[in-house]
Amino acid sequence: MTGDDAVTGDDAVTGGHAMTGDDAMTRYIRRAAALCAVLLIALLVNAARVQVVQSGTYEENPANRRTLIARYGQPRGDILVGGRPVTGSRDSGEQLRYERTYRDGPLYAPVTGYASQVYGTSLLEHAADSVLSGTDPLLAPLLPAWNDLIRSRTPGGHAVTTINAGAQQAAYEGLKGKKGAVAAVEPATGRILALVSAPSYDPARLSGTGSAVARAWQRLNGDPDRPMLNRAIGQTYPPGSTFKVVTAAAALDAGVVRDPDAPTDSPDPYRLPETEVRLTNEVEGCADASLRHAFAWSCNTFFARLGVQVGLPGMTAAAARFGFNDGRLRVPLPVARSDFDTRMNASQLALSSIGQFNTRATPLQMATVAGAVAAGGSVRSPYLLERTTNRAGDTVGRAGPRGSRPAMRVATAARLRELMVDAVREGTGGNAAIRGATVGGKTGTAQHGLGNSGTPYAWFIAWAQADGSPQPGVAVAVVVEDADARRAEISGGGTAAPIARDVMRAALGL
Amino acid sequence: MIPPGQTAADPVPAVRLPRRRGIEFTLLVLAVLLCWYGYCAVGLARSGAVPPGATGYGAGLGALALLAHLAVRLRAPYADPLLLPIAVLLNGLGLVLIHRLDLQTPHDRAAGTQLVWSTLGFALFIAVVVLLRDHRLLRRYAYVSVAVALVLLTLPGFFTAVNGARIWIRIASFSFQPGEFAKVLLALFFASYLAANRGALAHTGRRLWRIQFPSGRVLGPVVAIWLLSVGVLVLERDLGTSLLFFGLFVIMLYVATGRTGWIAVGLLLAVLGAVVVGRLEPHVHSRVEDWLHPFASIDAGLGPNQLSQSLFAFAAGGVLGSGLGLGHSTLIGFAAKSDFILATAGEELGLAGLSAIFLLYALLVERGYRAGLALRDPFGRLLAIGLASIVALQVFVIAGGVMGLIPLTGMAMPFLARGGSSVVTNWVIVALLVRISDSARSQYDAPAPP
Repeated sequence: MTGDDAVTGDDAVTGGHAMTGDDAMTRYIRRAAALCAVLLIALLVNAARVQVVQSGTYEENPANRRTLIARYGQPRGDILVGGRPVTGSRDSGEQLRYERTYRDGPLYAPVTGYASQVYGTSLLEHAADSVLSGTDPLLAPLLPAWNDLIRSRTPGGHAVTTINAGAQQAAYEGLKGKKGAVAAVEPATGRILALVSAPSYDPARLSGTGSAVARAWQRLNGDPDRPMLNRAIGQTYPPGSTFKVVTAAAALDAGVVRDPDAPTDSPDPYRLPETEVRLTNEVEGCADASLRHAFAWSCNTFFARLGVQVGLPGMTAAAARFGFNDGRLRVPLPVARSDFDTRMNASQLALSSIGQFNTRATPLQMATVAGAVAAGGSVRSPYLLERTTNRAGDTVGRAGPRGSRPAMRVATAARLRELMVDAVREGTGGNAAIRGATVGGKTGTAQHGLGNSGTPYAWFIAWAQADGSPQPGVAVAVVVEDADARRAEISGGGTAAPIARDVMRAALGL
Repeated sequence: MIPPGQTAADPVPAVRLPRRRGIEFTLLVLAVLLCWYGYCAVGLARSGAVPPGATGYGAGLGALALLAHLAVRLRAPYADPLLLPIAVLLNGLGLVLIHRLDLQTPHDRAAGTQLVWSTLGFALFIAVVVLLRDHRLLRRYAYVSVAVALVLLTLPGFFTAVNGARIWIRIASFSFQPGEFAKVLLALFFASYLAANRGALAHTGRRLWRIQFPSGRVLGPVVAIWLLSVGVLVLERDLGTSLLFFGLFVIMLYVATGRTGWIAVGLLLAVLGAVVVGRLEPHVHSRVEDWLHPFASIDAGLGPNQLSQSLFAFAAGGVLGSGLGLGHSTLIGFAAKSDFILATAGEELGLAGLSAIFLLYALLVERGYRAGLALRDPFGRLLAIGLASIVALQVFVIAGGVMGLIPLTGMAMPFLARGGSSVVTNWVIVALLVRISDSARSQYDAPAPP
């Protein structure tokens, strides 16, 4: 041992100390080995920390693209209209692999929304995302832990809508070249049959990751016509004369008007309470008119005074029963809140009662009003998503009809049905008549903007009952921004009523 | 064990020492099969079919392993039977991982080159096992090797920096890292120098307080080594190699002398050097900052840096991994096949696979230490410890770096990572360990060579 040292030993001391023998060195080697063992343990413990203990926080980090890669790693489930998918998936071969495609994108855009790799999801694509992307636990009820273990991802399920393809198409055709919206519901159930907003856009342009997607996003967001705005549920408009249905229901329920055919002592023009403002009418014959006449010819003076007679508590309660002032409605897309002011003086109440002042409603809200009249006075909460299925088509979730609540007395609803039928048969809504069906409707023109300088909105709300059918099958609301609306002609009947007629005819299959 | 006085050449040994070559062969077959299976799994996962090159890959790796096995069987029959199979398994797995990453980076294919380098590594392994009859012969070349090592280390300073570190020599399209070869040469020099001077280092010099300081004569070379590692750090911005040299030196010094005072002095110098350089050198400083705040770039809105991508990859692996070919470690970017190769293993093989890889390295190191323990000559012992420690330190520095345990330093994962110089060097290390382990068991009483 020490002899080895001596071979190179120019160091005289070496020979004198023979203590660094084998045993000592063996001890040092063992200690060095222990150091290596410590390093190994440090690596293993750290690996467990990164891969198991803290893996959740790393995986949830928004900068970690794996979540996105997994999300787009399989075809997205489809949105179905009338049993046929209106969406699809395309294998792009990119890192975020499957891109959304749309059949008739602009037609169904207010229903589907977009599903973009870059800009996320909207509308039904957003509301049903967990099912469509396959993350909903309902899709894999058996052993989710097993799926985690073998890293399999549940294929995306489908979302079945309540939309009626014919009604949707008719509404889309009717609004072509215009700015406006259509909402149609089935009064007895609340199923949304049509949801159209114009101008529309093709959501397929937002699928994928290329620079074209960014340009499309810029262009759509910068467009002054706001094509991505879903006007049917996401925008409120002054409902104008169509709100007179609510006012009439409140008056009949409250007993302010008992006989719709009895003449009243309502003045024309009508001086708004506590002001010098004189409200006039577009038509003759409103002085001392009966409710039936005033409804058919849309007398502003009559209904402004009627609202004041009912009073603020009665009017706000009636509006609330129809669904106003409720911002919680989800169909499951969030629906903008329709407003009827709860704190007003008498003159403001008078204007609110004819759908002006601060009264605002979504087209879906006004379709619900028409539907309540058609369904004997009860409001069915509208819904768009019928059910969700797994990839194979088996139902995993059912939205179905929700509960109904009364908006007015049954007798009041029957009276209003007559009044609305008269308005179509003899009054301002003549353009909505359908052969083979009973149609009730109400026109409206809403002024807005400073000094009424904005383009007026032409409204029409209606319901239709096919001959031989036990109950009305469709209720619809149409709003069109109508630059040509002349006040004298009550443009709701001219522009909006034909669209409503086509939608109702398609919905009834006539 | 062989009783004293008996040599391996004795005609009738009382107890025949098992050579264990059959075990080695069996393990080699398993290692090759495992790598072949991994290659097929990548193909099945990526394209749904067994890749056409699978047979060639398996046969090629098998042939190389067989040749290496024959060399060991003929020239080092008493060698440790685990060393070669572990090296083959790690090398084969590295090829599979690089091939798997190639499939997602078609513009930058590396598996072919790596295969050529691996073949060269096998060839060097065989050459060392066949030509080097006794490790003690190497002691003659101690000062030659340190001179060569110094030249190799200073050369890249004259070449352009790549990714912030001057560790490459580029000639035409051919590039290699001389620092990789230098570590073996330095281990050789350390072993020889320390074996000769350990008595003096341990017992001469002045005692100050409780620590014994060595005399200037023996201190000189030690300070020179310290300066060398700091010099490497400053000139080549290569924190990893510097750390490796210093750690290697401290371990070997301790094993040779047993003086903890040395370790204290060494660590003090290392910390001093690291702090000064960490302050002054922006490249090193940024690595420390990244280690302390891996998500700083995300918070700053600049997106994840390589270290956070690496952590994401490991985290995505979980316990069982995504399966070969099914991870997304290419998100790491340009060094995914070299410094960050372990992230691919971590993501696709999971904590289970990663632990297995760590344990393979641990087994390799342990076998090196075991050979060192069994030997008698201090040079051989120190060389075995030094070579095994190189592997241990290198695995710790790079694995700890890519997993956020210590600041990240560019280094190749032995056998796994892309990099010709590294794979060749590691084959030489394994060859030397094979030779030493063979000596440890067979040449107990053989006389020292002239």
